[in-house]
Amino acid sequence: MALVKDGQAVQDPWINVADNVELPSSGPIIVSLARWQTDRDALSSRADPVGIRLASHEAASDIASGLNRISLVALEFPTFRDGRAYSTARLLRERYGFTGELRAVGNVLYDQLMFMHRCGFDAFEIASDEAVESWQKAMSEFSAWYQPATDRRTPVTALRHLRRAAE
Amino acid sequence: MYRYDEFDQTIVDQRVSQFRDQVARRLSGELSEDEFKPLRLMNGLYLQLHAYMLRVAIPYGTLSSRQMRRLADVARRYDKDYGHFTTRQNIQYNWPELKDVPDILLDLAEVEMHAFQTSGNCIRNVTADQFAGAAADEIEDPRIYGEIIRQWSTLHPEFSFLPRKFKIAITGSPNDRAAVKVHDIGLRMLLNDDGEPGFEVMAGGGQGRTPMIAKTVRAFLPKEHLLSYLEAILRVYNMYGRRDNMYKARIKILVHEIGIEEFSAKVEEEWAHMKGTSVDLPEEEEHRIRAHFAPPLLEVLPMYSPEFEDRKREDAAFARWARVNLFPHKTPGHAIVNLSLKPEGGVPGDATAEQMEAVADLSDQYSQGEIRVTHEQNLVLPHVKQADLYALWQSLESLGLATPNVGLVTDIISCPGMDYCSLATARSIPVAQRITERFDDIARVHDVGDLKIKISGCINACGHHHVGHIGILGVDKKGEEFYQVTLGGDASENAAIGKIVGPAFSYDDVVDAVETIVNTYVETREDGERFLDTYARLGLEPFKEKLYGTR
Repeated sequence: MALVKDGQAVQDPWINVADNVELPSSGPIIVSLARWQTDRDALSSRADPVGIRLASHEAASDIASGLNRISLVALEFPTFRDGRAYSTARLLRERYGFTGELRAVGNVLYDQLMFMHRCGFDAFEIASDEAVESWQKAMSEFSAWYQPATDRRTPVTALRHLRRAAE
Repeated sequence: MYRYDEFDQTIVDQRVSQFRDQVARRLSGELSEDEFKPLRLMNGLYLQLHAYMLRVAIPYGTLSSRQMRRLADVARRYDKDYGHFTTRQNIQYNWPELKDVPDILLDLAEVEMHAFQTSGNCIRNVTADQFAGAAADEIEDPRIYGEIIRQWSTLHPEFSFLPRKFKIAITGSPNDRAAVKVHDIGLRMLLNDDGEPGFEVMAGGGQGRTPMIAKTVRAFLPKEHLLSYLEAILRVYNMYGRRDNMYKARIKILVHEIGIEEFSAKVEEEWAHMKGTSVDLPEEEEHRIRAHFAPPLLEVLPMYSPEFEDRKREDAAFARWARVNLFPHKTPGHAIVNLSLKPEGGVPGDATAEQMEAVADLSDQYSQGEIRVTHEQNLVLPHVKQADLYALWQSLESLGLATPNVGLVTDIISCPGMDYCSLATARSIPVAQRITERFDDIARVHDVGDLKIKISGCINACGHHHVGHIGILGVDKKGEEFYQVTLGGDASENAAIGKIVGPAFSYDDVVDAVETIVNTYVETREDGERFLDTYARLGLEPFKEKLYGTR
């Protein structure tokens, strides 16, 4: 498993802490929504960064109130067919203003990377020996987009008229 | 008609390159069939009973003559000289080789066509009234919004992995010819009290194993907010639609389970955040797209063409065709011409390469180079001068495209059924063929009048049987094909789901049963009653009695 963040292969400094395991005393950790809800005081007062892992049925609104204390949100794709995390990602970025790391985990396939990136993910756990190459290729397959989305690529609906205005 | 600019062309070309790479990975064995499946489905490529099947989108049912010629060319070069027009305004090729599919898509891209999202759990090809831009009864040309939706839904980053497939249909007219109430979202154009056009937005319609009529989410949506409102509906569906059971994953189940009030409340709440953001199309972009659908410059003519009237008096066969295959055009002296793809004994919706090429030529000669594809699996030449109708009819006759049966008992919608489809549980095409052979007397067909028969070869209802005036559903009972018959379905603005008339009929008996139903109607109808009127007045009983009374 490789982690690609902002297009670079990076070492993952984060530790996933299972619900039945005691919190380590230091270091960046990722916990479940349930853990966040039950241990919120302890987690909020940690000196090191805290991340939350949301299952695909868990909503952005579940963590909205404490988002300023959260540095990373990992959104699960249990299968490539389950597309709920695309909406969750956009809501976190666009409605709740989340600026930390938004990580795609689980069944993260090459052919979905562009969609994920457009919805605001900036980190991807990719099961590939050539994760960075894969990511770069996925980003290069298309150069024009119809919809405005989280990534702020200018959609063609605007480009057409920006160009005309410049002429 | 809409023409691609460099951006549209870039997106379609890049899609072809992407798919060429995916096919190469499959052919080299790098991808297994299982891994390839979701990728090919995003491009309309199915694995059917005997071969791959490629489904090509005909957005909102509009084709240019150039595009139609290319469809013919693809049929000749890569298939068996024919194509199949479907109920979703697509064309299907039944026999392509996998290795050829990227080349087919490239050929299509050259004429501004594609197979984007004609399958998979995403927003499918948007469908519309086939008489758009020509019908006298429309408020606005629905294709403007069809093209806006086509672009918005193409490779949508958030809505490409929905719980299930998602179909949107639009009508610009109060008379619904696009069956919008049996779609995931139905859009019906209307004017508000201030005379401004907008949409009634309906959701949760559909057929399949749980047929539902769409319910109104919003009675009037200003048209400039179309995309933000669609985005709000899709987001609610993406987040809350069921994913535990594929048979309960369509939006109709969500709307049914939480109720239209709660569903609408969720949509409105979501929309409150999106309304007026950049999701809504910039005004200048709406103007740009609208300009592509400017009405053709048709000659100003008197309301009636004396030549047309004379020909009808002189030639009874022409008069018969003109009575049912024409529809009023908004420009005086013109007509909308329906080309029947339902000849006696034919396969509903099939057209040969030769027919497609001839239709392209005829559209250039008589109809501004424009052709339409209908959800009832026929073709349309939308802008024909009345004075040209006789010559056009003669050409269509020689091509086998002038069967005078549009809207009548032999104008049958049928899915491919067990002859092609891997989901089917019974044959449907041969049932349609046998019905057309039984009703081979055209005078009788005209006497019976408006009657829509729709046949599906399995419970997925691709043949729209739920909304057939007479619906026929093929089922498998212990290895034998049986046919369940429903009456009273309706796909129009008065949409209704048909009711099962009684025990199913065998393959041998089903055509007799249809004939009994038709005869019962003819015997009991009162002056001027159509089949649906008689059914509304009498209900199932008289039909039941004739069908089962003696058993």
